[in-house]
Order: sequence, then C-alpha cells, then structure tokens
Amino acid sequence: MLELKNITYAAQDEKGKNDILNGINLTLERGRFYVITGPNGGGKSTLAKIIMGILQPTSGEIWLEGKNITDASITERAKMGIGYSFQQAPRFKGIKVGELLNLAADKDRKKRAYCETALRQVGLCTQDYINRDVDASLSGGELKRIEIATLLNRKLKLAVFDEPEAGIDLWSFAKLTETFSALHKDSDGTIVIISHQERILELADEIIMIREGVVAAQDAKEKILPGLLCSPEGCELGKGEKKYACIR
Amino acid sequence: MLALDKELLAAVADLHEIPQGAMNIRKNGQLLTRNTTANIDIVTKKDKPGIDIIIKEGTKNESVHIPVLLTETGMQDMVYNDFFIGDNAEVLIVAGCGIHNGGDGESRHDGIHTFHIGKNAKVRYVEKHYGQGDGKGQRIFNPETIIEMADGSYAEMEMVQIKGINSTLRTTKGTVGAGARLILEERLLTHGEQYAETRMDVEVVGEDGSVQVISRTVAKDRSKQVFYPRVIGKNKCRAHLQCDSIIMDNAQVRSIPEIDAQHPDAQLIHEAAIGKIAGEQIIKLMTLGLTEEEAEATILQGFLK
Ligand SMILES: Nc1ncnc2c1ncn2[C@@H]1O[C@H](COP(=O)(O)OP(=O)(O)OP(=O)(O)O)[C@@H](O)[C@H]1O
Ligand SMILES: [Mg+2]
Repeated sequence: MLELKNITYAAQDEKGKNDILNGINLTLERGRFYVITGPNGGGKSTLAKIIMGILQPTSGEIWLEGKNITDASITERAKMGIGYSFQQAPRFKGIKVGELLNLAADKDRKKRAYCETALRQVGLCTQDYINRDVDASLSGGELKRIEIATLLNRKLKLAVFDEPEAGIDLWSFAKLTETFSALHKDSDGTIVIISHQERILELADEIIMIREGVVAAQDAKEKILPGLLCSPEGCELGKGEKKYACIR
Repeated sequence: MLALDKELLAAVADLHEIPQGAMNIRKNGQLLTRNTTANIDIVTKKDKPGIDIIIKEGTKNESVHIPVLLTETGMQDMVYNDFFIGDNAEVLIVAGCGIHNGGDGESRHDGIHTFHIGKNAKVRYVEKHYGQGDGKGQRIFNPETIIEMADGSYAEMEMVQIKGINSTLRTTKGTVGAGARLILEERLLTHGEQYAETRMDVEVVGEDGSVQVISRTVAKDRSKQVFYPRVIGKNKCRAHLQCDSIIMDNAQVRSIPEIDAQHPDAQLIHEAAIGKIAGEQIIKLMTLGLTEEEAEATILQGFLK
C-alpha cells in the first residue's frame, strides 16, 4: 500500500547539518494497524511529516498503491486519502470546532450528525464544544481530542495519529482506545499510531521501532511487545550506544 | 430599485429586500425612501444635511436601517445623523455606505453619527463600508461616531470595512456613564495601496462603567493601517483593549494603544499583537485537502468574522 524507499532527512540548523532519518525502508499493508514507537527524538514525527508531504525527504522515494508520490503536495496527498493528526495541533482564532470538523469531513459527511459522532468518539460532548473557537481557550487535552476527531469523518487509505494519548486523561484515554479499535474493525484503511503507551501498543497488528533515524525493529506485536516491556537492563532493544528507556 | 443599488445594499446592510420597520435610504445625496413607525421617527435636519432618528422611550424589538449609496463618480457626500434613543429602549441600528465608483472622480462619504443613549437603553449598531467599481476614482470614507451613554445603558458597536476603500480615517468618541457598558468591535481588511486609520477616544466617567475594544484587522499587499485606541478611566471602572492584526506581503500595521487611569480603582488592560498567519495553520488545513490559497482564505475569513 505505502512504501518508503531508503528515506533520509537532514535538517539544517545553526550547528550545521543534522541527520534525522538515515535510510528508512518500510512497507505498510492495506488494512493493517501499526504502532510506531521508539525513544524521544528518534525521528517518528519527522517520518510522519514526510509521509504527509509536510517535509520533503533529502533522498528516497514514497510510493502509494504503486504510484510514486514523492513530489506530491500536502493537498494532493490529502486528496489521495492520507491523513495526519498532529502531535502538536495548531489553534485557530475565529474558527469553530464544528466548522473545523466540517472542513475536515468528506463531502458526504458534512452534516451535524457526523460531527457529533466524531466528537463522541473522542469523548467530547457536542453541545459543549461545537460552537467554541479552536483557540487558546481550549485546554491542551481538548485541543488534542479535536485534532484526532479531524481524521474520523474521512475515508482514508492511511491515517497517521501522532501521539494521540499525549495530555489525555484516563477516562478519555479508554474511550480513545475503543475508538481506534473500532476504526480498525470498520474500515479497510491502514492505521498508524505513533505512541509510547502500552495500551496502544497492544492494539497493533505490527509494531515498528524507530531509533536514531532507522527502523530498529519491525514485527508482529506478539514478537516485539514482550521485549519492550521489561527492565532497562534486560531489554533486548534497549541495548546499543544510546539506552532506550523502557516503556514500563 | 436598480440592480446595482440592490447589490450595494446587500453588501452594506445585508439587505436583500426593502427592510421592515424604520428606514431611510439615501442615494447620491438625495433621499430615496423612508419609513417610520409608531415608535421610531426620522426627521430631515433643517440647518444641515442629515437626519434625526428619534426612538421613543421603552421601544422594544425594533430596528432602523439607514444605508447610504454613492453610485455617481465624483460624488462628495457629508451627513450629520443624530440618534436619540429613549430610556429603556432596545433597538438594532444598521448603517453603512456602499460606493460604486466606476469613473475617475473622487467619491467621498463623510458622516458624523451622534448617539444619545438614554438610561438603561440597549443598542446594537452595525456599520459596514464597502466600495466597488473599476474606475481610477478614489473611494474615501471618513466616518465619525460620537457616543454618549447615560447610566445603566449598553451599546455594542460593530464596524466593518472589508476591501474597496482607498482611504479611511475613522474616529470614535465615547462617554460612558455609571454602570454603562460600551463594546467597540472593529474588523478591517485593507489591500493594494489602501490606508486606514482608526482613532478611538473613550472616557469612562461613571462608577462601574466598562469598555471593551476588540479590533481584528488584516493588512495585505502594500496597505497601511494605524490604530490609536485610547481609554481614560475617570472613575472606578474597567476597560479592556484587544488589538489583533494579521500582516501579509509588504503591508504595515501600527498599533498604539493608550490607557489612562485617573482614578485609583480604574482597572485598564491593553493587549496588542501583530503577526503573520502561522504556517502551521495553513499546513493543518492543507492536510485536510484545502489548497494553500483556500487555507489562507479560510483562516482570514474566520479571523475577521
Ligand atoms: N528543523 C529541525 N532542525 C534541527 N533538528 C530537528 C529539526 N526537526 C527535528 N529535529 C530533531 O530531529 C530529531 C527527531 O525529531 P522528531 O520530532 O521526529 O522525534 P520523535 O521521534 O517524534 O520524538 P518524540 O517522541 O519526542 O515526539 C530530534 O532530535 C529533533 O530535535
Ligand atoms: Mg514526535
């Protein structure tokens, strides 16, 4: 479905060149549920932005269903069915929650009922939120949940959620894991969640570990998860120059 | 009525039909139509151009529409309108001026609107300025608004100017009585070589009076905007000035707010921010399938709404 071929990405900062992705090769199959995990700064969000077209890779190619989309714009990729829920969502002065969700929704889902469903799926009450501005008055967790909801009324080939659990309270988190499971069950789209949470890792068909800009491991959940959930010393994947802080 | 008149009316007063209730439509310096009601009288001034709008004490749920249209090039119009709003009245007033200048002469509409707002009266005032036409002629507006608020009254003044006006100097002066509340809302978009200047001078004289100024503006191309809001607190009172601008292209925005407390219990706040559209906002909307231009237009529309 989606193929990343030898993707590298180098950022230019004051100190000079900074290699962030060092040759990522990855194939994502249709209808599968992937969780990408790995240490902070490993390159997960950078990879997600490259998939969405927000960042251009320094080298390498991206193929979607047999088509080279490396040069496609963000808008084009959105129209092809790729969606990305930001790790840090922007705020908008003067745009209401309902309006943003409507903008996001597919043509046949621009009705209030769909907006209500999406808000319910992230544990927000429609009445309380639909007419509020997506501005600084929303709390961090509220904003994050609305950001997630922007992907829920789209028929996507590939939905990427960047740390959807960040800042979400316990009760809403339970609701969210249900929503992701249901999304997986009801659609044949591919789901990618970037996460550090055990309960999200458990939802995966496959887990991908990204560390220091490369795919350090990729395998079925059953094979990878036990190795992750251990003490730092005994952690198979934690060995190496930089210690990987274990999940538990 | 001509198609052009209808178009201008729709733009300045959201009027798609001749409005219900009291109204006065002025076109190229002449009275076009007028309607009065049992509670609202409109009288032509004898000593100078303009009208007196007299709203009876205790009037409820009524509205007055007073649009002005300029369609002849080179038309220079100056009016004095006085609003006398009786005690305890509640009224919506919609004013506005639409200029179509298809020629090369300068079209100009200057007006002084004075509001005498009675005790415990409630007013919502909406004023829109709109210009169109392909001629080289300049379209100029210099409106002046004077607001005198008696004790316990409430006024919400919304002033909107979106495109089409080459030059504008907008002056607002207000006096706020005890327990009265004044809300001044301004929304402005300038483009091309346009120039817009806003001056606001509000004095809160009565105890527990309050003022809120909300200004949202967008400056595009090489346009220039200057904003001078000033609030003087002469009694125990509250004021909040909030000026937010989006700057684009090679525009210039100057914001010079002043708060002047002349009483120990005056609580005055000002906030002013100027910046470009956050790149992240545009990117987010593009990830939802909008083009860059559509994303920008959506953000500006929301900001100015
Ligand atoms: N524009 C940039 N200039 C320099 N360094 C950058 C730039 N963007 C990202 N980086 C660096 O690249 C690395 C990878 O960042 P990225 O956001 O992809 O990490 P991540 O795996 O998503 O981490 P986290 O788990 O904390 O979200 C980090 O070390 C970050 O500091
Ligand atoms: Mg990240």
